[in-house]
Amino acid sequence: MSENDLYIEGEPIRDEKAPEGPISERWDQRRFSAKLVNPANRRKLSVIIIGTGLAGASAAATMGEAGYNVTTFCYQDSPRRAHSIAAQGGINAAKNYRNDGDSIHRLFYDTVKGGDFRSRESNVYRLAQTSVEIIDQCVAQGVPFAREYGGLLDNRSFGGVQVSRTFYARGQTGQQLLIGAYQALERQIAAGSVQMHTRHEMLELIISGGKARGVIVRDMLTGEIETHFADAVVLATGGYGNVFYLSTNAMGSNVTATWRAHRKGAHFANPCYTQIHPTCIPVSGDYQSKLTLMSESLRNDGRIWVPKDKGDKRDPRQIPEDERDYYLERKYPAFGNLVPRDIASRAAKNVCDEGHGVGPSGLGVYLDFADATERMGREAVESKYGNLFDMYQRITGENPYEVPMRIYPAVHYTMGGLWVDYDLQSSIPGLFVTGEANFSDHGANRLGASALMQGLADGYFVLPNTINDYLADGPFEAMDESHPDAQEAKEQVTSRIDKLLSIQGSRTVDSFHKELGTIMWEYCGMERTEEGLRKAIELIRNLRSEFWRDVKVLGTNEELNQALEKAGRVVDFLELGELMCIDALHRRESCGGHFRAESQTEDGEALRHDDEFAYVAAWEFGGDDNKPVLHKENLEYEYVEMKQRSYK
Amino acid sequence: MNITLRVWRQKGRDDEGRMVTYKLTDVSPDMSFLEMLDVLNEKLTLESEEPVAFDHDCREGICGACGVVIDGEAHGPERTTTCQLHMRSFNDGDTITVEPWRASAFPVVKDLVVDRGAFDRIIQAGGYVSAPTGTAPDAHANPIPKPDADRAFDAATCIGCGACVAACPNASSMLFTAAKVTHLGMLPQGQPERASRVVQMVNQQDAEDFGGCTNIGECAAVCPKGIPLDTISQLNQDLLGSLGKGIG
Repeated sequence: MSENDLYIEGEPIRDEKAPEGPISERWDQRRFSAKLVNPANRRKLSVIIIGTGLAGASAAATMGEAGYNVTTFCYQDSPRRAHSIAAQGGINAAKNYRNDGDSIHRLFYDTVKGGDFRSRESNVYRLAQTSVEIIDQCVAQGVPFAREYGGLLDNRSFGGVQVSRTFYARGQTGQQLLIGAYQALERQIAAGSVQMHTRHEMLELIISGGKARGVIVRDMLTGEIETHFADAVVLATGGYGNVFYLSTNAMGSNVTATWRAHRKGAHFANPCYTQIHPTCIPVSGDYQSKLTLMSESLRNDGRIWVPKDKGDKRDPRQIPEDERDYYLERKYPAFGNLVPRDIASRAAKNVCDEGHGVGPSGLGVYLDFADATERMGREAVESKYGNLFDMYQRITGENPYEVPMRIYPAVHYTMGGLWVDYDLQSSIPGLFVTGEANFSDHGANRLGASALMQGLADGYFVLPNTINDYLADGPFEAMDESHPDAQEAKEQVTSRIDKLLSIQGSRTVDSFHKELGTIMWEYCGMERTEEGLRKAIELIRNLRSEFWRDVKVLGTNEELNQALEKAGRVVDFLELGELMCIDALHRRESCGGHFRAESQTEDGEALRHDDEFAYVAAWEFGGDDNKPVLHKENLEYEYVEMKQRSYK
Repeated sequence: MNITLRVWRQKGRDDEGRMVTYKLTDVSPDMSFLEMLDVLNEKLTLESEEPVAFDHDCREGICGACGVVIDGEAHGPERTTTCQLHMRSFNDGDTITVEPWRASAFPVVKDLVVDRGAFDRIIQAGGYVSAPTGTAPDAHANPIPKPDADRAFDAATCIGCGACVAACPNASSMLFTAAKVTHLGMLPQGQPERASRVVQMVNQQDAEDFGGCTNIGECAAVCPKGIPLDTISQLNQDLLGSLGKGIG
């Protein structure tokens, strides 16, 4: 154990469930060694699933089909609205339908390299293996993937790879995959195997006898605080990008479920790994409530450039070819506009910082389809990207068929999340975590079209084949609301709500959230420094105490109260933000989306320090007035050689 | 821009509602409609008046959570979702009326928020393909002609926002149901359950207190995703076929 001013270093940890042997056999081996639950006994076992996005709906449908008693909660008015729905570009699978040299091993390799050697080889290999089954499953459900005239499925390319393995449904792939999972879920609801509670938000985890045994939820229409028990709890609650206030996440996306679990003992892994997506519509004013992504697929045909002259305010169409800097094509000739997201984002920041940025704020670069339109014809561009162009036009009032789009990076995805083992079980027995909410597969940077792949892999294929190993020892002791552990959790929720409603200060919840977001973006965004992070930690601590003194939440608990809902989420973001900064500060290297200015190559690329930092940083909650405890899980690479990433 | 808002305020499901007038100054034409409501809510909160409740989530036109009637039109003057409507579609000095979806199958929960649970129950009645996890053949086992795949896709883009119901003088959910019947009915995977699906889904929408369809077409005119009106013909054709075979 060692200690500094911000954290304590605890004992190292390891993934006890990870099988050994040849990597291609590990998943088979684990499925075989996991204890099974026979169909008659599944009826006696219950599982709570929080969240109905790809990772939650697919798990609920699959486990309901298998015969478990599943209870599911979502904060939206329907499970179909979870934010997976907004994913545009596509889903990767190692089908090699293009005969272009793709394979499970190549998808595995690309993902480990794309993640800058900070993910687990075993998990990523399993993800690549499972990817092929996902496409089959979705097609069987009636997901209308894009097809060619011969009737077969079409593919395209995404950043960080040189093959075409991305399956898509126009620019609405997430929507179509989620509706597929939603329909499978609704089928189970009709069959009675899944009980669905919409407009319910999980506010606390119940732990009893060292095991996760239930949740406290708030009925968002009546304010009733309900207690639900089960033999296991699954969190499929997505990422925490909204800690930045402005992100591409839905307005309601939040960290509360995972943060409450963290406070109860679940380790939070790599919280500082944030993905900043390079192609979003730039901020237009201080009223801005969210940022809108323009799919990465646009980088297949669009060319990114800025004027060579600083502060060039001419209409982009008036700027001749030789006065434009196609900086990605210049710096990364092998991958060009299709470099991974972290690299494309930082490159955009750098050219803007140097004064080449475009648009009213100077924080923007051009994404130009003039060449593509000339090559393919306007009709082909329209059929491939039409809905994205329409969306851009609606938001900005500019026509991208005529004028190049303006884009700028924005917070999009969080690779960090609750620590899980190979079975997707957290450090709390009986608490499982799937999809973006866990940390497991993307390392320090996620490749495009891999989030949908991971969410569905976890929900359809991984969790339903690992959770049985835990449930085989159940059912556990029956509990009711009078149990002291349940009472205590409920009391934590009601006292927090009472406190939020009683402060009646002078500032709105959103004003605190915006201020937190500004701090995070400035000091824990695309470029981080020791000095900035230390400053951010101070600012966040001050903001947190001001929040508890001066926040203003009107109304009562016993009604639909959207300000109260937001306040509860901001409370947790205010704590998470500090841990993200501590994590970013302790990792004195750059890797993937985590860029420390002090650690870069001569060319300004991320410079890793594998000898010191090739580990997962799993943080244990130390208590409200105590420092967090860092547990390191060592990462080893047997199948992919660790080297400096190069996309030149 | 300066605008005057007339907003429907209703405390709870069983309370009386009323229109309340608010004035907003310095509205930017680049704000989205919902950002304008955010600004209103910040102002109301500071004045210790309860903010206006409205449903919204993704704010990029795909989750289907948002949706209000603006000056008598579902989602307002542009054919898009409320979150994608921008203030540049209005003029300085305008008075804008904002109400919730009006349909007995969508009861008002509070202010501009309604309960659209009936849509989920219509899907539960048969809006799916029974394909248990792990049983699927290879994705290329069954090529689908592109025109069929495209038509299925056009119908599948429904976001379940409910504008079709709000716009329909009968408050019918026919376009919503027809979109799902067409999406799955155009695909080979949807064939085994096709005949029973349409009957069960239509029975469920009747049970939910939606009105009947009289082919007015307001639904398709306001649909932010452009679900084609002829999906309703497809539904009726499938329904007649099923009833003719004695299904239902």
